[in-house]
Amino acid sequence: MNNEMHLKFRAISQNESFARVTVSAFVAQLDPTMDELTEIKTAVSEAVTNAIIHGYENKREGYVYISAWLDGDTVELEIRDEGIGISNIEEAKQPLFTTKPELERSGMGFTIMENFVDEMTIESDPNHGTVVRLKKKLSNAKAVFN
Amino acid sequence: MSLQVHFEWKEKYILVVRLSGELDHHTADQVREQVSQAIEEKQVRHLILNLENLSFMDSSGLGVILGRYKQMKQANGEMIICSVPPSIERLLDMSGLYKIIRIDPSEEQALHRLGVA
Repeated sequence: MNNEMHLKFRAISQNESFARVTVSAFVAQLDPTMDELTEIKTAVSEAVTNAIIHGYENKREGYVYISAWLDGDTVELEIRDEGIGISNIEEAKQPLFTTKPELERSGMGFTIMENFVDEMTIESDPNHGTVVRLKKKLSNAKAVFN
Repeated sequence: MSLQVHFEWKEKYILVVRLSGELDHHTADQVREQVSQAIEEKQVRHLILNLENLSFMDSSGLGVILGRYKQMKQANGEMIICSVPPSIERLLDMSGLYKIIRIDPSEEQALHRLGVA
């Protein structure tokens, strides 16, 4: 199956649930397991939350963009913001590292994303934004080719 | 879907907090405020966090749980988590919370260990 979708929404926390539910509804057509769906929802939630809290610093300004592609049994996701960017990606990826401990952030966002998908890449340009790309192969996806 | 926070007092010093729905960054503030306030204003000696009906949680939930654990520790109290759904168990494991926080299979067992019910 080949399919794609694109979303744009305001960077406000109300949209976190909207984003993960929408992506999971789109991915559902590949017939993933419940565990796989939970993993995708959680990874999307982490990336979107990062964009809102860190990219746009909770200012309720700006947009988050999500693109999703289904290709055979593989899901590819791109979560993008036009926020302040990440100055040190390697540091940001460390488990328990957070720039906002006062907000009770656990520092586990990237660790969770990395664990829940097969491939994760982060591209960031300070002052221009961040793109997180996630790729996941589904175990029992229906291989329907038209 | 939103989050519901349900409080129940057992004896005088045991507060059971049952969460249902989705715990993410958006709903985390609600839990933080309500539970923090109870810990500060009332004398909570044991806080039991029941996650049985939580259908979704991400790292924002880990942050809130860790925050309340620290708050209880500071107040010389104890926090117990119980009835963790399998999908959430993995997050607790990944973050190392399993190693520092007491986790019981059910609310009954948590209360039983505290000498109640």
